[in-house]
Amino acid sequence: MSLRVRVNPIACDANGLCVELLPELLRFDDWGYPIVDRPLVPPELQSLARTAESACPTLAIVIEETAEVG
Amino acid sequence: MSTTSRGRVPAVSREHTGRLPRLLAGIDPSGRPLDLVTHERLNGPLPTGAPARLIDEVDRAGLRGRGGADFPTARKLRALASQRVVSAVVVNGSETEPVSRKDAVLLACLPHLVLDGAVLAAQAIGAREAIVRLRERGRRTQETLAVAIAERCDPVPVSVVVGPDGYVGGEETAVINQLSGGPSVPRFVPPRPYQRGYRGRPTLVQNAETLAHVALIARFGARWFRALGTEQDPGTFLTTIAGAVAVPGVYELGFGTPLGGLIDAAGGASEPVQAYLIGGYFGSWIGAEAAHGLRLQRADLARAGLSLGSGVLFALGRSACGLHESARLARYLAGQSTQQCGPCMYGLPAIAEGFAALVDGVADRGERDRVLRWAEEIRGRGACHHPDGTVRLIRSALETFGHELDRHARGRCQAQSAGLPVDPRRERLTR
Repeated sequence: MSLRVRVNPIACDANGLCVELLPELLRFDDWGYPIVDRPLVPPELQSLARTAESACPTLAIVIEETAEVG
Repeated sequence: MSTTSRGRVPAVSREHTGRLPRLLAGIDPSGRPLDLVTHERLNGPLPTGAPARLIDEVDRAGLRGRGGADFPTARKLRALASQRVVSAVVVNGSETEPVSRKDAVLLACLPHLVLDGAVLAAQAIGAREAIVRLRERGRRTQETLAVAIAERCDPVPVSVVVGPDGYVGGEETAVINQLSGGPSVPRFVPPRPYQRGYRGRPTLVQNAETLAHVALIARFGARWFRALGTEQDPGTFLTTIAGAVAVPGVYELGFGTPLGGLIDAAGGASEPVQAYLIGGYFGSWIGAEAAHGLRLQRADLARAGLSLGSGVLFALGRSACGLHESARLARYLAGQSTQQCGPCMYGLPAIAEGFAALVDGVADRGERDRVLRWAEEIRGRGACHHPDGTVRLIRSALETFGHELDRHARGRCQAQSAGLPVDPRRERLTR
């Protein structure tokens, strides 16, 4: 079971914590909104991913379980 | 605008042959709606077979959704039939694509065909009610539907709901959102309406034309449906043909018809055609030469990077400019963002303005690369597919008309307007 990161674009307000916490997976677009370059979360980043999910002020980061393998 | 069949309504049910028109058979050229008696005289009464058989028949017919997503209808019906509670069948008659008129014609002229399909679907999946979502500005159609519903005696309640005309308002989660008392804007998925929709329960949201096909498949069967079209793409479809054709209007044709056949049906080209926009504002351009011999079926279209979408076919005449038209469309689409998602809210106007600068010949170096980079980055980052559709149009414009950018940079484009409507106040539906 792997983890996958998604952004709820309606909830997202470009606070930027997710990109700060997971620069290996996310980056900013020209307006400060997150682009998910790598949706699958490698095992060593899973704890940080969970942190990002709860740290987002608008709860826009969604960490889902997926059967996909990175 | 005009429609095909100009014949009088026959006094007996029509024969079960593989002939056109089907949905549009018996349409009154004056635009008056068929009343219930006339509708049943033409098509026969509403079938009362077992609901499960309907889904099997629709499956065998190979019907796919005609709202743009092209999803197999039987699969959608089965997913809902397996739910314990289904709150509603919602007939999506929003048709927010500015050039598209096919659903408007069905709802205004053949309301009972659409209502039959809605009621049959409701019975097949155990939905509690049927709701017809209409456009705010279609006052006459709203009245037509009210009269038609009053003529009927259906096993489920049927009602009409009116929604705003914004481009994105026809998206299925936006429709549900509005039915639930919210604004006509999309929601984040999952859950999709077939999982959690109206009243928080599984809901079937289906395009009006798709349900009209269901109404005829229920009467005449899968084999009849498949007598036209192709093996892979069975049946007929409605297309709105507009632009440089002699008789713009809504036409019904079998899948697999060559593009030239559509133009012929619309009275032929009114001037030499340089390109076609297929699929509406979310569609793609194809140059006239590349479109030569193109057949309107999924495989051929996919090979050319196209999709029929909502069935809009716009012919761009030689006197017009594909770049200018696309810049107008891009600005319109950017303005239609519901402003819920940052990438769309900021990205689309920037992309549209950058593209317009290229078209106007006032772009700085690197503008084209920047527009393409933004277009690539915006994909999949909205709650709905509005940004994706918009950049698909722009990218296809650059591919099809890119060779003209130099001329624009030198200020040498002399084209006239092609008349693609971007004003939200659409032209009145005329015959």
